[in-house]
Amino acid sequence: MTLHADPVAAESYNFAYLDEQTKRMIRRAILKAVAVPGYQVPFASREMPMPYGWGTGGVQVTAACLTPDDRLKVIDQGADDTTNAVSIRKFFQRTAGVAVTEATAEATVIQTRHRIPETPLTSGQILVYQVPIPEPLRFLEPRETETRKMHELEEYGLIHVKLYEDIARHGTIATSYAYPVKVEGRYVMDPSPIPKFDNPKLSGSPALQLFGAGREQRIYALPPFSHVVSLDFDDHPFEATKAPHDCDLCGADDSYLDEVITDDQGSRMFVCSDTDFCRTRQAEGQLGVLGAPVLKGGV
Amino acid sequence: MSAALSGGFAQAPVQSAQAFRAALMVMSQPGTIHLLEGALPPAPLSVAAGVLVLTLCDGTTPLHLAGAYDCAALRDWITFHCGAPLVAAQDAMFALGDWATLQPLGRFAIGVPDYPDRSATMIVEMANLSAKGALLRGPGIEDQAQLSLPELAAFQANRALFPLGFDCFFTHGNRAAALPRSTRVEAV
Repeated sequence: MTLHADPVAAESYNFAYLDEQTKRMIRRAILKAVAVPGYQVPFASREMPMPYGWGTGGVQVTAACLTPDDRLKVIDQGADDTTNAVSIRKFFQRTAGVAVTEATAEATVIQTRHRIPETPLTSGQILVYQVPIPEPLRFLEPRETETRKMHELEEYGLIHVKLYEDIARHGTIATSYAYPVKVEGRYVMDPSPIPKFDNPKLSGSPALQLFGAGREQRIYALPPFSHVVSLDFDDHPFEATKAPHDCDLCGADDSYLDEVITDDQGSRMFVCSDTDFCRTRQAEGQLGVLGAPVLKGGV
Repeated sequence: MSAALSGGFAQAPVQSAQAFRAALMVMSQPGTIHLLEGALPPAPLSVAAGVLVLTLCDGTTPLHLAGAYDCAALRDWITFHCGAPLVAAQDAMFALGDWATLQPLGRFAIGVPDYPDRSATMIVEMANLSAKGALLRGPGIEDQAQLSLPELAAFQANRALFPLGFDCFFTHGNRAAALPRSTRVEAV
């Protein structure tokens, strides 16, 4: 799918909505974020025409990176067709006139809320994450002055204590999303609330990964091929987990699944959270146990 | 004086977006060389360096002009197009010059331990720029890359300061490359 913006509407905004001075400020922050992988660069986040929590940080980073030649994909929990994804995609069609797509491989810039696409990313692509709380130590230490000092001194013992308490209570590391990582052996970073299933894809990705937190006013980055390690213990190694099922629509056994309740009798189905991945597989003729009837039903 | 008024972006929003994307690509993939075009700055400034200044500098970014780059033509051009305050090396967020005149490097900001982003960005004009020379390894590089750096020792010392340190763009004509502080540099 490729749509072009209404040229009349596009003319009423500066390219990509933000004014030039704001974009320069964000661009300088992005460059410093790239130079110090995993470090959260403060920036003067602007109010955007959407509420905090809807991806204002990601939108500002995307606005600063977009060129008219880009093809933008926006996903929300892997889906291209949810309210958040649709409204952000429309926002940039209108204000930047960029082409859009739902196909991961065709996109040059992908803004994402809480997922990394299943299709491997390629060199030259930019993945922009929407981040609610960028500070991985925030729920352990509420004071910004203290967490800043902890990053400065590389004092990350507290976060290991948190993972240890998980093990003491649950027998295993129970943290299942926003699982903390260490970047290039230096900064501990919150990968945004992606499922820990996605954590291995952070490391060694050929794509540039940028993280924007609007309310918290932070930008951070992972350059391509950055070395990213999920924190763990020798006797409790990190494990990328998912629901132990195949996708009911496309039959994939290696993708992250959403559990969907289908009636009030406890029936449920598991489907890929990445809608583009699932649709592409179905189009190739790979169907899960519920694949064909559900398609006829018009989902 | 009229020369100072021309040579800027004709379509600033689009041209600065394209220029920033190129700058982002070279900074995130050290050793790669991209084209930076769209501005016609006065001599001795190269096109790529002029585009970088227009894209990244404004009234909030103190800029240091080194050596021959601290000339009236350039001061006027930058003042008109960016409004960047022209300052001494130790106060600069951006520095512009050739490698020899940017010395000694110890004058430039390298950030502070709790805010390593508060460091200078150098725009280094080069006599030549090619993907041959020093070996680069680190974030942004799959295995290794090469770039014709002006020297090795300064960048090795800069890497040893990580996460502090300065970041460099290298420009020649309409082409640019970059070396962030995170890159490890060694001789071939």
